Amino acid sequence: MDVLYFAWVRERIGLPRETVETGAATVQDLVAELSAREARYEMAFSDPAALRVAVDQKLAGWDTPLTGVREVAFFPPMTGG
Amino acid sequence: MRVQEAPFDLGAEASAFAARQAGMGAVVTFTGIVRDLDGSLDHMLIEHYPGMTEKALRGIAEEAHARWDLGGSLVIHRHGQLGPDDMIMMVATASRHRKDAFEAAMFLMDYLKSRAPFWKKEVTNGAAAWVDARDVDEEALKDWE
Repeated sequence: MDVLYFAWVRERIGLPRETVETGAATVQDLVAELSAREARYEMAFSDPAALRVAVDQKLAGWDTPLTGVREVAFFPPMTGG
Repeated sequence: MRVQEAPFDLGAEASAFAARQAGMGAVVTFTGIVRDLDGSLDHMLIEHYPGMTEKALRGIAEEAHARWDLGGSLVIHRHGQLGPDDMIMMVATASRHRKDAFEAAMFLMDYLKSRAPFWKKEVTNGAAAWVDARDVDEEALKDWE
């Protein structure tokens, strides 16, 4: 599965995207798995309320199942316009 | 709907958009411009999520067409580096009646502020900071629910 990071999430983790081999059942499980890896992930994911997630390019919730999902993205609230 | 790094010509885009409309009595355009409130902004960087951005903008436009009597709509949003007073984005709507055109333009703006995957970073006096999303922008969406 491809995991993408944008804005300050990308800066804290230090890369824009990576391919992750995971058995995580939900977005929440994936976050827990990534956070356990290294301090920079833990720091980026420390405040879930400050983050948004997209699953296969659609805004989604933390309990979204990851079965068959190809792409998950993490980013701060959007500031378009 | 276009997402591009290059500047756009507001007059040319608005004229071409209006010319494409048949039987529409009203065209509304809105343009967002880079603000430099206290004269300290060096430049702004806009990041986006290629793929999702286009899908999100298309979804927001489809919703606007479902809610109002629109003949057409246009969204152009830039990314990359922009300077003070540069145009960031524009929205145009066309309808037989001005009320639909105005309301749909407001709706498009409100949604693309908080639901299209763009992020702004401001560089002032050599220091860079991500622009925080504002609660008031999130609140604005509730008026459309």
